[in-house]
Amino acid sequence: MAETKPKPKLNKKAVEMAKQDPKVRAKNFSEVALGYTEAEAQEEANRCLQCPNPLCRQGCPVEVPIPQFIKCIKEKKYAEGIQVIKTKNALPAVCGRVCPQESQCQAKCVIGRMGEPVSIGRLERFLADWERDNGYQLPPKEASTGKKVAVIGAGPAGLTVAADLVKLGHEITMFEALHIGGGVLSYGIPEFRLPKAVVNNEVNYVQKLGVDLRLGNLIGRIHTIPELMKEGGYDAVFIGSGAGLPQFTDCPGENLGGIYSANEFLIRVNLMKAFQFPEYDTPIRIGKHVVVIGGGNVAMDCARSSMRLGSSVCLLYRRSRDELPARHEEIENAEEEGLVCKFLAAPVEFYGDSKGWVKAMKCIAMELTEPDARGRRGVKVVPGSEFVMDVDTVIIAIGQTPNPIIQRTTDGLQNDPRHGTICVNEVGKTSLDGVYAGGDVATGAATVISAMGAGKRAAKAMHEYLTNKK
Amino acid sequence: MYKIVSKTELVPKIKLFEVEAPDIAAKSHPGQFLIVIHGEKGERIPLTICGYDTKKGTVSFAFHEVGKTTKDLGKLEQGQEIDNITGPLGNPSEIKKFGKVLCVGGSVMIAPLLLQSKAMKEAGNHVTTVLGARSEPFIMLEDEAKKYSDQVYVATDDGSKGYKGLDFLKELLTKEKFDRCVVMGPVILMKDVSEITKPYNIPTMVTLTPIMIDGMGMCGVCRVTVEGKMLFGCVDGAEFDGHQVDFDELILRQRTMLPEERLSSVLADMHGGCKCGRNKA
Repeated sequence: MAETKPKPKLNKKAVEMAKQDPKVRAKNFSEVALGYTEAEAQEEANRCLQCPNPLCRQGCPVEVPIPQFIKCIKEKKYAEGIQVIKTKNALPAVCGRVCPQESQCQAKCVIGRMGEPVSIGRLERFLADWERDNGYQLPPKEASTGKKVAVIGAGPAGLTVAADLVKLGHEITMFEALHIGGGVLSYGIPEFRLPKAVVNNEVNYVQKLGVDLRLGNLIGRIHTIPELMKEGGYDAVFIGSGAGLPQFTDCPGENLGGIYSANEFLIRVNLMKAFQFPEYDTPIRIGKHVVVIGGGNVAMDCARSSMRLGSSVCLLYRRSRDELPARHEEIENAEEEGLVCKFLAAPVEFYGDSKGWVKAMKCIAMELTEPDARGRRGVKVVPGSEFVMDVDTVIIAIGQTPNPIIQRTTDGLQNDPRHGTICVNEVGKTSLDGVYAGGDVATGAATVISAMGAGKRAAKAMHEYLTNKK
Repeated sequence: MYKIVSKTELVPKIKLFEVEAPDIAAKSHPGQFLIVIHGEKGERIPLTICGYDTKKGTVSFAFHEVGKTTKDLGKLEQGQEIDNITGPLGNPSEIKKFGKVLCVGGSVMIAPLLLQSKAMKEAGNHVTTVLGARSEPFIMLEDEAKKYSDQVYVATDDGSKGYKGLDFLKELLTKEKFDRCVVMGPVILMKDVSEITKPYNIPTMVTLTPIMIDGMGMCGVCRVTVEGKMLFGCVDGAEFDGHQVDFDELILRQRTMLPEERLSSVLADMHGGCKCGRNKA
């Protein structure tokens, strides 16, 4: 533990990570953040104090041994470093890019009290990218237990459960409804934030661990959960089907052409690669004046994608800047790229042209009310404050709820009818024996890493269940 | 991968594929649909199921070669494989003994309609089937229709075969009492038939085929207004009460990507003859 002594001179500033210039990147779909070079990673790793009781690790939903992997970077033992991460996290290339580290591991970093915390996410990404360039090493696998597990959904939660359980010797079949694995990592998060090549690599890695991935299998239709457990011979099931059902505003005129749900817009652009139409077959029609309704990360993704398709974009959010739920970094990136925000306003009605395409929208000003018991400020309309904006495309990014197909086709599976979520206990167990759930389907729309954390806990509980099951 | 067991050209530009898909076949019911994807750059195309054979483990679907993706699909031959088929999707149609059932199908949707005729017949109904198309060469599966129906009528837009237009339906409805009507075809046909049956209070079910991408409730592009409420074609349908559907809105929504679809189709034709690799087939 000699390294725990502070370095003679502590650099309070983190090593910056190179980004594409905002003017250039606002016109392409290539990744914005370019990653550390080896020298940069070394320099940043050397800022880590190697605390004996690391707080950073407590901030990580999947408890990655952070100081240990950073130590490996310092010692240039990159292959060892990535294995350290992978003991806890099967998707480091994803987490290094899209985790909100600023409110998790990095928020707890001791150096953060004196200056900028160690850039744990960037270092994680460095190791993951190093591995991609230098070849994968598969971790050891336990002897077969003879137990079969069905994992529903190949998104962050499902991939985590599958990776953890396959390593413990269980036989895993992963059912993915779409024709590409990755879930929200593939259909939701855009290329410029999370390149699809990175996602494919992570999915391939989980397959290489021995997971049988079946694409185009919508559970609830092709098989139901009771069928999987009875006829399919699966000993346990994990439901990680995400929050795929889009919410709409209920304003008149919402079915006009040019009004997309965030899901439709992102599925077209990301999953189906409509930004490369007509080389790719799926089109997207986007106008010059796009309004994105909402203020979360999904809204930012829609706004930044729209700018890249050549439109000017206005974000309409009913609360103020301080309440924007999106990651701070995403808001900054979006504004650098030209996003205009209109706060304290909400849609009232959409107007169309003779061809049924949206041409304008009526909005109304809102004002914040006093914080409620939970500290969240509500909003109320300002009477008589209606105004009309000319628009030719609207993207509604006001949230997603879980897809109800599984709930409707699984008798006895307790769910919360108000939020559409599946009820689980703290380790992800549902009301049915052997059936677990985690991620957005249990919590409502949240982050990639919280879904992975839920996956971790469920995998542990499922392993215990399977071990004790006769 | 899904192997094409047989390929049939029903009429010019309308093809029927029977593919090996035992898991899908085991779960399919009349009224459900599939999402077919072929090629790395291909679209997800929703196609209504026209038949399934649980013994052979096959499922079949028909498609009209109108856009780039369907043209590409049409180039595949028997023995070749389709990359991905997802299904069955959507809810099964309501099939039971209603009494006298009128089944109306138009164009490519005649193929799945006959699955309804067959199922309705097997459920003990008296089945009258109407086959509609633009003109004589596009009337298909007439013999098949006769097998499953007590009575078959043919109608064309130009009168080149059978009745001209749908006006004869009004006469038919005054003469015979029907307990149920099912319609599958172009939106305009479903709209017209629903208007014709309304004064007679015949419950009329239409199978909507709005634009779809995922087909499982994620994107919402297939949203339709039914009885003033927003529903999704993919998960709430595909069968809806034809007397409650806002067809005019649906017609506008069908056209939202028309310029792009045309561009894609023209480009496909331009590249169709060369070997530049745009067409995987």
